[in-house]
Amino acid sequence: MLYGHATFHTSPYSLSGLNEATQHEELAVDLFLQSIVNSLIQGGFFALWAVGMVLVFGIMGVVNFAHGELVMVGAYAIWVLKAQMGMGYIPAVFIAVILVMLIGIFMERFLFRPKREDPLGGLINSIGILFILQVVALLVGGTGPAKQVTPAFPGTLILDEFMRIPHQRLFSLGVSIAALLILWFFLTRTKLGWSMRAVALDREAAALQGININRTSLIAMAISAGLAGLAGALMAPISNIYPHMGHNVIITAFIVTIVGGLGSLSGAVLAAFLYAILHTFVTAYFSGTIASMVGLLLMVVVLIVKPTGIMGQRVSE
Amino acid sequence: MNKFNLTQFVVMLTLFIGLILLPHYLRYQHQDFMIFLIINVLVVVSYRLMTLTGEWSLIHIVMMGVGAYTSALMSKHMGVSVWLTIPLAGLSAAVLAGLLSTPLFRMTQFYFLIGSFAVGEAIRLAWIFFIKPFGGSSGISSVPSPELLGIDFMDPIPYYYLVLIVVSLCLWVLYRIEKSRIGLTLNAVHWKAPLAQSVGVNTWKYRTLAFMVASLFVGIAGALKIHYLGNVTPHQFGVGSMVFVLIWVIVGGYNTFYGPIIGAVVLSVLDESLRNLNEYRPAIYGVLLIISIMFMPKGLEHISQGLKDWIKTAKSSS
Repeated sequence: MLYGHATFHTSPYSLSGLNEATQHEELAVDLFLQSIVNSLIQGGFFALWAVGMVLVFGIMGVVNFAHGELVMVGAYAIWVLKAQMGMGYIPAVFIAVILVMLIGIFMERFLFRPKREDPLGGLINSIGILFILQVVALLVGGTGPAKQVTPAFPGTLILDEFMRIPHQRLFSLGVSIAALLILWFFLTRTKLGWSMRAVALDREAAALQGININRTSLIAMAISAGLAGLAGALMAPISNIYPHMGHNVIITAFIVTIVGGLGSLSGAVLAAFLYAILHTFVTAYFSGTIASMVGLLLMVVVLIVKPTGIMGQRVSE
Repeated sequence: MNKFNLTQFVVMLTLFIGLILLPHYLRYQHQDFMIFLIINVLVVVSYRLMTLTGEWSLIHIVMMGVGAYTSALMSKHMGVSVWLTIPLAGLSAAVLAGLLSTPLFRMTQFYFLIGSFAVGEAIRLAWIFFIKPFGGSSGISSVPSPELLGIDFMDPIPYYYLVLIVVSLCLWVLYRIEKSRIGLTLNAVHWKAPLAQSVGVNTWKYRTLAFMVASLFVGIAGALKIHYLGNVTPHQFGVGSMVFVLIWVIVGGYNTFYGPIIGAVVLSVLDESLRNLNEYRPAIYGVLLIISIMFMPKGLEHISQGLKDWIKTAKSSS
């Protein structure tokens, strides 16, 4: 079975095993503070995952089920380049992002563009790519246990005896926020960004204004894939790397996307951090399974009560 | 319309005789394969009833699990005869579908797809979380198999016949439903919902009905599966299995009754013949999926249709 062992119990992102040595004597306050810090870091990842999906859905109208696999490819690229070939972390991240971008460009050009008028076809094509990328990961990494990459930035920021943040995680958070800010700047301050937002609002009207839909879609997919690759590359040193790791990514991205309002980038970012807080706290105080159930049910409630999400605008038929 | 069609009758008869004789010429593992294949045929055909209304759900396999868990729990812990738990499994899935339809059908199209996925996944997580009575991740093992007149249903051949009879009956009922007034109305709900509403069709009611009937039959399929396997786990009903159902239906073609059957049979046989490739098989599936979507968006059934037309023209020209 495809996702046979990908249960939520062992979510590699729950980050609660951070300081195992001291965990048993942790005080409630420390658990609380640590959870806040963890949710911020996790929120950065959630936002990177979801923003790429929103971008592709908004501009191309495609639900990319293989988005989680793009994250997985980014993580595998780091494993191959850093752990296997001994390359430095920063150049490896750049190569990983470019590699995943190229995959994204290929997908847009040959799979999504011919199916622009057939959303179901695009969705099925993305499932096809999902299968292929998982098997490619198996071919590259073999079937053994999950891969791990040693952190590029060892050392830990010690705020007090019970609250420690490894530098690697701080780096991830910083890069995630920087990437989101650059994207925001690009979309709101450049001409290309405006044209992309115009396509998202009304494809035909944008085309009539002389905006090249093909080029815009290609750039949107490249950015989306690049963000996914970046997320994977940032996750590589702090989580398990295995072919089915995209499962968790896609479910989280769906929840965040729906809660934030399909097509709303700012809504997705806000929802990412809110959901990260919810997920981390429920995981810390109850269990990972309950946290996932709460997330899924939250999504259903939002779908029923306010399908446009917390930041979505009302869309006319 | 109901004119007796000799060719069709002969084809059906040969198919039936073939299916009756088949298990005696197969090795053990292939007998297993045939049992699961026939169950999967019921899964895809019942799914098609749902898609008739134009809504694609991702909860179908979870409904199969609802049937499976119901049947397993009742037969193992409450001592109810398996002959009774199999229909009850279908009934419980249908009742749950009826209850879920109120929130679910507030959504349509893409939102329904995602909403149904979320609800299904939440149900599946409940099976993992509530170890009592569902047994957590490892599920329920040593589920009893049916008993009748001393026939050993642990043996694949009697179980094969049981599955063949039950599934044939279910397919017949599903076929009759599709050709009946209800089936036509479901089509109307899909293609002309506002028009159907304007002539007094309660589209909500018909969507719910389709969801309940589809769940009823897939619940039966779930019970059939686990009484042969002997165990039930949450992983059997994950989104991965659901994706395979989608692939079978779409590659086979969802515009006709037999399209999904062709899809399930062709892809399963192909999958079985690639067995020695093990974990690399999904890539073959992925490539096939993309090829079929890009080059024959109407599915495999379309090829058979094309073949029929070709024979017809060849006949008339000669």
